[in-house]
Amino acid sequence: MRFRDHQRVGDILKLAARYREAGADELVFYDITASPNGRTVDRGWIHQVGALLDIPFCVAGGIRCIADAEAVLSAGAEKISINSPALAHPDLIDQLAARFGSQCVVVGIDSDTTQVNGLPHYRVHQYTGDPTRSRPSGRDTLSWIQEAIARGAGEIVLNCMRHDGVREGFDLPQLQAARALCTVPLVASGGAGSVRHFEDVFCNAHVDGALAASVFHSGEIDIPSLKQHLIHAGVEIRP
Amino acid sequence: MNTEVLIVDNGGANIASIAFALARLKRCVRVSSDAQDVMDASHVILPGVGSAGPAMARLQRRGLDIALRARTRPVLGICLGMQLLFEHSAESDSACLGTLQGRVERLPTAPGIYVPHMGWNQLHWLSPHPLFEGIPLGSHAYFVHSYAAGIGPYTTARCEHGMAFSAAVSRQQWHGVQFHPERSGALGARILQNFLAMAA
Repeated sequence: MRFRDHQRVGDILKLAARYREAGADELVFYDITASPNGRTVDRGWIHQVGALLDIPFCVAGGIRCIADAEAVLSAGAEKISINSPALAHPDLIDQLAARFGSQCVVVGIDSDTTQVNGLPHYRVHQYTGDPTRSRPSGRDTLSWIQEAIARGAGEIVLNCMRHDGVREGFDLPQLQAARALCTVPLVASGGAGSVRHFEDVFCNAHVDGALAASVFHSGEIDIPSLKQHLIHAGVEIRP
Repeated sequence: MNTEVLIVDNGGANIASIAFALARLKRCVRVSSDAQDVMDASHVILPGVGSAGPAMARLQRRGLDIALRARTRPVLGICLGMQLLFEHSAESDSACLGTLQGRVERLPTAPGIYVPHMGWNQLHWLSPHPLFEGIPLGSHAYFVHSYAAGIGPYTTARCEHGMAFSAAVSRQQWHGVQFHPERSGALGARILQNFLAMAA
């Protein structure tokens, strides 16, 4: 869920209730504008979401220190997801994992693909919430995944930028490369356009979760039918 | 005599979610770190997110370990709270409350098995227990943990992740669930309701 201001708290709660009813296994709330503008998410809504939801949820956006994380977790979120602040200060991952445990600490990675000598090369981008500030961080995606895990990340959400918004399927080669070295749960993000894409990413990239937004918001993919499809395909999930 | 449900405030981050879950069941909830409160409450929930060593140290600082051990009415440990009911945890090599015999070990990693164990997983019953009344075999619960108690005499529900482990345990007034009922949808709500229905 991507949002910017308080006026939409009502919408957030309605959506959260709708997805919970539909059988979503986990919700992630992104405030993609938080990091580039140097501010953190307004937290009043987290309490309301926490009171409403009986499934896990994660909050991402502008968490830069222990106090930020504490506020989000004590309002009822299970997990916090950090992206740009972790790139600026990798030590933040260590601090959060030491204080709250790795299971709370998700590292989100926006990864772009370039071709180097005909082979794909994956590079981490930062500040992707603001097109005018989005830029390569100078880090290689696969080594950043390893570093994040070594520092205490308990889950990796890998958003494959070239696939994001295109709805032509998840980036299987990149996710397979990540899976090969990712020793914590790996969540695929970017590219979901059909139920078949979900089947592909679970069966061929062996990810632990698949994240999507627009296809669910638009109603194009209905969560109960998606789950039925996956169960038929032999993917082990909660019905 | 206090008849409220009490959540032990042990500095864990999931206290709010448990309080919300009980509020959804229309139960009066009190959050406290006072030893007398813990002794007096009819039902006590011991939550826990974090690691065993610091969590035990926090309990001991306030005499809550003694208050918990002295209880004769129902106690439900959730996640780390369940692990603390055992004698020992391999996590920071900590002595725990010892209300249940046994030790908590780190989950093993294996090809395709990642730790922490995070996500929805199926419960397999070993024994019927009032805590699971109305819950169908093979239901999914939400887990987030790196340590677990193996299968033992107190196991009432079982789950697998690299090894078979206790998804739930019970002995007399002591109950524990390794998963998070407060985030396990309708199944979790029913388990909390069943716990609160236990005679105090």
